[in-house]
Amino acid sequence: MKDPVSLLPLPPAAFHILMAVAAEDRHGYAIIQDVAERTGGGIKLSAGTLYRSIQRMLEQGLIVETRERPEPKEDDKRRRYYRITPFGKMVARAEARRLKDLVRLARERGFATGRA
Amino acid sequence: MRLYRALLYVYPASFRAEYGEEMCAIFARRLRETPAIVRPILWVSTLVEILTNAAIVHGDVLRQDLRYAMRTLGRARGFALTAVVVSALGIGATTVAFTMVNHVLLRPFPFAHQEELVNLYEDHSFTAGAGGEEFDIAPANFRDWKLLSTSFQSMAFWHGAMLNLVGEGEPRQVPAAALTYNMLPTLGVHSMIGRTFTADDDREGAPGTAVLSYALWQEAFGGEEGVLGRKILLDNEPFTVIGVMAKDFYFPDRSALLWTPVRFAPSHYEDRTDNWVFGVARLKSGVEIEGARAEMRTIAAQMQRSYPKELARVGITVEKIRDDRRSQAASLLVALFGAAACVLLIACTNLANLLLSRAMMRRKELAVRAALGAGRERLVRQMLTESVVLAIAGGVLGVAIAAASLPLFVRLIPVQLPIAQMPAIDWRVLVFASAVTLSTGIGFGAFPALRASRSRDAGGLQESARSGGGRRERLRAALVIAEVAGSVTLLVVCGLFVRALWRVERTDPGFHAENVLSLRTSLPMPKYQNDAARDRFYERVLDETKQIPGVAGAAYATGLPMTMPGGVWPVDVPDHPEPLSARENACMRFVTPGFFSVMGIRLLAGRDVAQSDTHEALRVAVVSESFVRKYWPGENPLDRRFNFGNTDRRVVGVVNDVRMRGLERSSAPQVYLPYEQFDGDKISPFYVPKALVIRATGDVRALAPVLRRIIHAIDAEQPVSDVLTLSDIVDSQTTPRRVQLTALGSFAAIAFLLAAVGIHGLLSFAVSTRTQEIGVRMALGARAGDIVHMIVRDGLMLSGIGIAIGAGAAYGAGIELRALLAGVDPGDFATFAAAIALCVAMTLGGTAIPAIKAVRIDAATALRTE
Repeated sequence: MKDPVSLLPLPPAAFHILMAVAAEDRHGYAIIQDVAERTGGGIKLSAGTLYRSIQRMLEQGLIVETRERPEPKEDDKRRRYYRITPFGKMVARAEARRLKDLVRLARERGFATGRA
Repeated sequence: MRLYRALLYVYPASFRAEYGEEMCAIFARRLRETPAIVRPILWVSTLVEILTNAAIVHGDVLRQDLRYAMRTLGRARGFALTAVVVSALGIGATTVAFTMVNHVLLRPFPFAHQEELVNLYEDHSFTAGAGGEEFDIAPANFRDWKLLSTSFQSMAFWHGAMLNLVGEGEPRQVPAAALTYNMLPTLGVHSMIGRTFTADDDREGAPGTAVLSYALWQEAFGGEEGVLGRKILLDNEPFTVIGVMAKDFYFPDRSALLWTPVRFAPSHYEDRTDNWVFGVARLKSGVEIEGARAEMRTIAAQMQRSYPKELARVGITVEKIRDDRRSQAASLLVALFGAAACVLLIACTNLANLLLSRAMMRRKELAVRAALGAGRERLVRQMLTESVVLAIAGGVLGVAIAAASLPLFVRLIPVQLPIAQMPAIDWRVLVFASAVTLSTGIGFGAFPALRASRSRDAGGLQESARSGGGRRERLRAALVIAEVAGSVTLLVVCGLFVRALWRVERTDPGFHAENVLSLRTSLPMPKYQNDAARDRFYERVLDETKQIPGVAGAAYATGLPMTMPGGVWPVDVPDHPEPLSARENACMRFVTPGFFSVMGIRLLAGRDVAQSDTHEALRVAVVSESFVRKYWPGENPLDRRFNFGNTDRRVVGVVNDVRMRGLERSSAPQVYLPYEQFDGDKISPFYVPKALVIRATGDVRALAPVLRRIIHAIDAEQPVSDVLTLSDIVDSQTTPRRVQLTALGSFAAIAFLLAAVGIHGLLSFAVSTRTQEIGVRMALGARAGDIVHMIVRDGLMLSGIGIAIGAGAAYGAGIELRALLAGVDPGDFATFAAAIALCVAMTLGGTAIPAIKAVRIDAATALRTE
């Protein structure tokens, strides 16, 4: 398996998508909605950015398309559902660590509030 | 929504197929959620978003394809290497040819606004045998043109000179040009350091000034700035160096290393038939060349009326400096370019075939990928990436090959042009090479890619390479035909050049070149202006030379055939019926006794010039056969009189004609005069004998050091130059043809080899795809002979079509190149027959191996192959 660190820094869109599919499998529009909710509407992924990122993330093995579908009444055949892979989780953790370290350094220099 | 759907077309098709529907759904939702008033903003941001994301996706695909291409090519190293070398040869050949075309025809000369610059000549084409439309000008005539014309901003003239440079190491001969002071301003150039000439430098008796070329400055003066003001001796006369020109400045041609002002005396303007300068002028802005030509025609007519005796049939030629002297080079370069294009065509054909064969072998892989969901666009794109990668590698290697082989081609660049010897690989060349590379990669990769991906249906998985299909066969057939046509064209054109070379080589120069050494002593003036001093010099040199063991004879002459093509004077024969205005020129040569026997020129009647033909004796002349044919046909020429060089002379002998202007040009009749009868007051010092010829047994080159010692002992300041055997001189006549032939021949050889390999490959593959068919035929009772016959017949039919197309193209090319063929018929039967025979042999060779392989097929095995 590839070294998770080799994919860092992760593009913000990819990190958000990983967080969106971290707890449950989601389809494209659900990802956009989840990201928007979590960021208080601050980030609204466009369809192009979303699928362009998804394509690359599939290739990198961060997510997979899942065959499991929801109840037929909730399902829309056009939709594809994505699930995070164990490798995807490793990369997301690595990215989070990277960001945390960065924030710590920023605090030491007084660029951010909180405990150094 | 339709607009959004349309916008999605900027994405790769595979991406669109995968995500298009969902993207549309998401966008539709967003559109619904957006109030109508804000929608335009949404559209704008969507447009920007789609463009950036599509670019990123395309980049991702390219990166993927590149990685994949590298991996697959790495696995097929033999294939990759072959494809790269083949495309490198094609791209290299065209790049070399384009570099030459660029250097000679496209790049500007080192002058400002060269489109305004014209060369001026006297036009003597109405006077048969005088030399044509671009004849030297008499200074007096030029002065009048300048007074009378209004088309030009400025007019200047120059004449060439070989100067003896003393003061910097060994005395050396330097090719130079004397310029009127306004020449460099007319050309619009400045000195790099120091200054150029002023009107004060260009008066009679003005102190000598000289401007150095960059090359001479570097070579002889070590490139020191302190050279300005340095005193040098040119032909024993003091000159001061006043300036150095820039590195890329050449004028009038590449050879000139030094420039001086002409410093004409009034006497130089007296004789209107003494032609020895060349004019350059700059058109006034807004004046077209046709206007200038019309004005000069009027002036020529006016001068003909004013000087009916001298200028009865003299016109004026005005030629754009850009177009002048390039025509022959141009047609040769076009030929070279055409040859390179043939090489490229054949190389590309091979490349296409390689890619096609590879695509066929990868059908299963492609079918698997297609079954796994790769769209046709992705497969085509993938294969194109592969062929472009190959082509780019080939292009880089090709440009390297071109750069490395350029020195072999530089001798194709005419020395008469004011351009550097070594062509530069500049941006034009690189743009050209990139364009050729990309079109090779895309153009010849697209065929196989489209072809292979077309049958990507499920059948591909079970299908074997056998089922090529008629369409693919047609493509293969077209490739074979193209290869044969290209090779026939090149072989025929090369063959015509070979015939032309042979024809020129067989031309009788009019003398025996073997075992004769020649050299030049420049006899600097004014030291040797005195007749007695000069004659003493000749006599001592000749006496001592003749005493060298092995020397059969030695003589001095004004100049040697082919190295001194000019030097003509009008002939005036009193009892000749033609009017004075029709008088023609003859070559004037002063010679010492024995010149004819040393040169191997046959004395046909009368006698040689003799020691008794002194300055005090009756003026005599030995004339050539054509001179007799012209003036006294069928009569005894001996004792006839004619006026030549401002003196009446009596014919005492007749010799055979000599090709003074070279093997390929007709020469004016020749008149030889005794050296002691040179009249310095009537004839320019240009005609003073300066060329020494020695006939000897054994290795004549070995005489050179002895001769140098003899001459040095007689006059230590006398430079000895141009030490050459007469055979060298005659050989140098055919050097340009040899160079042309080498260039075209190397292209033809590459093309032929590539075509042979390519045709073999194409036919082998064609046979291998028919294994099963052949097996069936043999099982049904076909004999080996029938199978071979069938395969060979197929091959020959294709090559027949190729030969027909190629022969047509070659004939067309031959007609275009007629000027370079020395009279060889562009439809020369033997050449065509030989080229066609070679191509048939090549096809037969290419078919034989596959045919033999085919008959060895065991029917049962063949049928079981699947």
